[in-house]
Amino acid sequence: MESGIFFSDYRSDMALRRMPLQKVRTGLLLVGLVVFPLLANPYWLNLANQIAIATIGAIGLNILVGYTGQISLGQGAFMAVGAYGSGLLTVRLDVPFYLSIPAAALITAFAGLVVGLPSLRLKGLYLAVATLAAQQIVEFVVTHWDGLTGGTEALVVPAPELFGARMNTDGRFYWILVVVALAVALFAANLFRSRVGRAWVAIRDQDIAASAIGVNVFGYKLLAFATSSFLVGLSGALLAHYRSIVTWERFTIEVSISYLAMIIIGGLGTISGSFFGATLIVLLPAMINTLGRSLQDTAPWAATVLPYVQQGVFGLVIILFLVLEPEGLAKLWRNVKDYFRVWPFSY
Amino acid sequence: MNFDVFLQLTVSGLSNGMVYALVAVGFVVIFKASDVINFAQGEFLLFGAYLAFAFIGQFGFPWSVGVLATLLGAAMIGLIVERLVLRPLIGEPVISMIMVTIGLSSLLRAVVNGIWGARPKAFPNFIPSGEVEFLGAVVGIDRLLVIAIAAILLTILTLFFRHTRDGIAMRAIADDQQAALSMGISIKRVLAVAWAMAAITAAVAGIILANTVGVSHDIIFIGLRVFPVVILGGLDSVPGAIVGGGVIGLLESYTAGYTTSGLELIVPYIVLILVLMIRPYGLFGKEIIERV
Repeated sequence: MESGIFFSDYRSDMALRRMPLQKVRTGLLLVGLVVFPLLANPYWLNLANQIAIATIGAIGLNILVGYTGQISLGQGAFMAVGAYGSGLLTVRLDVPFYLSIPAAALITAFAGLVVGLPSLRLKGLYLAVATLAAQQIVEFVVTHWDGLTGGTEALVVPAPELFGARMNTDGRFYWILVVVALAVALFAANLFRSRVGRAWVAIRDQDIAASAIGVNVFGYKLLAFATSSFLVGLSGALLAHYRSIVTWERFTIEVSISYLAMIIIGGLGTISGSFFGATLIVLLPAMINTLGRSLQDTAPWAATVLPYVQQGVFGLVIILFLVLEPEGLAKLWRNVKDYFRVWPFSY
Repeated sequence: MNFDVFLQLTVSGLSNGMVYALVAVGFVVIFKASDVINFAQGEFLLFGAYLAFAFIGQFGFPWSVGVLATLLGAAMIGLIVERLVLRPLIGEPVISMIMVTIGLSSLLRAVVNGIWGARPKAFPNFIPSGEVEFLGAVVGIDRLLVIAIAAILLTILTLFFRHTRDGIAMRAIADDQQAALSMGISIKRVLAVAWAMAAITAAVAGIILANTVGVSHDIIFIGLRVFPVVILGGLDSVPGAIVGGGVIGLLESYTAGYTTSGLELIVPYIVLILVLMIRPYGLFGKEIIERV
């Protein structure tokens, strides 16, 4: 029973994974991540890569929305800045991708600072509407600034090279993405145990009280915008190099909405929730697609309604989660863990 | 400057603006009654347009019957949405409210597409089109009629808030829920009426759009165009929605007429950001914005 475990030194007490079971689960996860590409076919690797990119973006959005409580509808715009930033640096200036990706993330962090400025005066839905406007304006700039972005034409980014190997297959890119995603998750998990993370949570829960106990509300809000957009830009830049093609259609308001859906479904303010939500939102359309294909022989009409079914299920899942389990998949996962912790002697 | 062109731009801007105003009024009514931002307002519009197409175009009803049936259908949808989706979430944080209406918009869009398909439909117009001399410039009759229809409807709505029982109850709830409850006002009833009204005004706008630009999936974008309108007018103000609609419509029309680079697509959003920075409660909104 965990209630009887006490630590005798600070190191083990402050460790990220303290319980034996937690360590076992983490170990299993790492082994699973290493073994997965050896067993999976390209289709599954592709999905896994999408999940990894989405997880990074979702963690970024969760910092802003879940932890700091600042609603943003500008996720797509920030991803666009990251993707175009890294893509253009590589194509126009021949910057290697391991430099251009962090550079693009920094550029996006700066963009986040600018968009975060209205949070000085706005909160709640007014801020949401302001970020919506930012999203529309960035979309317009990307599609109309032909000289820089190529307008509505696609920007082709060459596959990155690392240690002399071209990262042009799902299997190779998988390793980059997994390492970055794990690093981001670890960074975020530690961040929320630090002074900064606690200040964010204080602002989310009650901003006036937070400022009363000495939290610089505006400064920390801007920091949240910058950190969040750094990670979002990172995921956008990775997406650009992974897909090799950057088009503005990948960064519309729909993208902002699907990322918000990820963190809502996964669980606001949790790292594991960002991962669960990203997984569900990436897998859901793929599953429905597979289902529709398998029905093709018996019911040929299934293929024509497939996109609508995907859209409808997406909306339905959001509504059902909000109505039935507002704390999301992370809460369900906690329930499962709690159930098995004392199993089979629950009394 | 050419006065003919100016007048044409004004008329088309105003008629677009009145459509925005109709959609925005539904939005404001919901916000006033329940503090919910409805991202599905554009989908209500879509539903209205397609319902009208179904009744008049597919079933061949005469247009008067078809319009009535459309409005009834829209009201039903509003009531169902309120009962099944919004009521369980009363008292939840802002983000949940925003997300649930976003989920709703996705679901409604899928239903419309699933039933009618994604291709544009030919709508049997019943608002007479054609051109007419107006103050020395040639403008479309339908444009002028749209402005008239919208103006009449918006007047009726304003009177509704001033003088009817439900309208006054709605204002009471917007002012203070607790006090309204203790005076015997049923919040559930008022919320239901608010959603039904939002769906109906959106459906009227949908019918107008079906006549002027046709029935297609594109009209959904007006759902997002509503945000500049309501922020400019004030989120909780019906007259604000009307004025905001007119201003944004005119602004778009003039920018489209006098510049060439497609700037009219973002001018409303630039206005939105300016308003938020200078006067976040809008032109006519109540000044109870929480400062941070």
